[in-house]
Amino acid sequence: MKLFFFLREALRALRRNAAPSLAAIATVLITTLVLGVFIPVVRAATAKTNEVRNKIELEVFINDDASRAEVTELGNMIRDIRHVESTEFVSKAQALRILKRRLGDKSSITEDLPGNPLPRSYRIKLDDPQNADVVKSSLAPVGPSGEARPISPAIQEIKNREDDTEKILSATSTIKILLASLAGLLVLASVLLVANTIRLSIFARRREVEVMRLVGATNWFIRWPFVIEGLLVGFLGGAAAVGLLWIVKVTVVDEWSDRFALIAAPDTIRFSLLVIVLLGTATAVSAIGSGITLRRFLRV
Amino acid sequence: MAAIDETLDPRGALLQGATRSPAVELRDVTVVYPGGNVGLDGASATIGRGEFAFLVGQTGCGKSTFIKLLLREMDPSRGKVLIAGRDIVELPRKKIPKLRRNIGVVFQDYKLLPNRTIYDNVAYTLKVIGASRSEIKSKVPEILRLVGLSTKLNSYPDELSGGEQQRVSLARAFVNHPPLLLADEPTGNLDPETSIGIMQLLYRMNRTGTTVIVATHDNEMVDRMRRRVIELHEGRVVRDEASGMYAG
Repeated sequence: MKLFFFLREALRALRRNAAPSLAAIATVLITTLVLGVFIPVVRAATAKTNEVRNKIELEVFINDDASRAEVTELGNMIRDIRHVESTEFVSKAQALRILKRRLGDKSSITEDLPGNPLPRSYRIKLDDPQNADVVKSSLAPVGPSGEARPISPAIQEIKNREDDTEKILSATSTIKILLASLAGLLVLASVLLVANTIRLSIFARRREVEVMRLVGATNWFIRWPFVIEGLLVGFLGGAAAVGLLWIVKVTVVDEWSDRFALIAAPDTIRFSLLVIVLLGTATAVSAIGSGITLRRFLRV
Repeated sequence: MAAIDETLDPRGALLQGATRSPAVELRDVTVVYPGGNVGLDGASATIGRGEFAFLVGQTGCGKSTFIKLLLREMDPSRGKVLIAGRDIVELPRKKIPKLRRNIGVVFQDYKLLPNRTIYDNVAYTLKVIGASRSEIKSKVPEILRLVGLSTKLNSYPDELSGGEQQRVSLARAFVNHPPLLLADEPTGNLDPETSIGIMQLLYRMNRTGTTVIVATHDNEMVDRMRRRVIELHEGRVVRDEASGMYAG
């Protein structure tokens, strides 16, 4: 069976060239390890920035003297505005609870308040944070006098934390671009490093390839063992990296996850998926790399 | 030449009896290397089936170019290179491996696979042509016995002497009984006594019907063997004698 012959040839090459084989496996291991750490971090960071972006919302504070009917009507009006995804009514009591939660252990100072000074409000979620200004001007269109007039007398104030919004939007898109280019560079560096390692190990055996050609071996007959060798190197290196990642995950990440918001972000890549991606990439890159690199030595 | 005929021409088997074309024929072949050096300059030679021929001449006269052309390791700038009557220059790249399987080659530096045993070095040639396991098991020890190395099957090339390594390379070249055997300075690295042994082996292989071409500047050997001598000088054939001496 030819497949077994090729497999035996590949295994023999690995055994007989132990030092370069180990170097290749180590290279794959290290690059996979770096990728394995970087991918979840990027995923978590992206998830976090998205979360921050989605937090941008408008708040419409309501006059304390507005009637229940006026408040309900205002709610319906807001829901009819374009780009509004959902609204949430916050009562005075709820507002106070939120404030207390934010103050944490200093929440007792609210006990000293004479009553509840916090206004009722509507929290508006937008379909896209970019539309905040449009929705705001729909809530308070600019009148002929050049002054913005709220659409309902129940509105006391509209807040979109304008400055913050701008800052968050530009900061998050910068972070996204930065992470994407970092990830791209890292993948490129990994592929180049693996390709170089493969080239060195094949270069060391170019005489062998020459002899094979002279006794009449076809190019694929020469190539298959190298491809299988690359496959094995990629798989072994990838598997070792995944094993290390798993140990780190169990001993460090899982233990500490509740203490680090970044790691605990709900949107980090699933570990099983990460394993599949890393193993698949490591194996494919080194197998295909071997096959392609060999081409140079197969020219007659 | 039957096997080469088949490689080159599917109808070769039919044509073969009628034409009996020579084993090797160079027609007005010129080879110019990329640097401008001339390897061969309008060389023509015909070597019949079953012949034993020496290619002699100084270093750089074109002997190795002659051998490389026959292996299709390079293409001539001009002229035809015929093996069994077919021009191999026109052979599609894909068919080159098949051509080489029918030509045994021996080099001055043996070109053995360093990380394989003697047995595996010889067996590799048979695996390349798709021989069965039982065929390999019977043929490899047989040919190694012929070259006198039956006790070193499991040694590695670097554990053998130069003469022994050249014997392995002869065994590898001859294990599938190719119709054509080329040797480029086969005794170049060996002492005279060992060289005689190698020449005797080449002679024995020739007697089984294989055409043998030996490029050499080993004058003692050529004078002793008294076979056909083709002398090259600066890429031209300057002498061709049926049973010649090294120096004409």
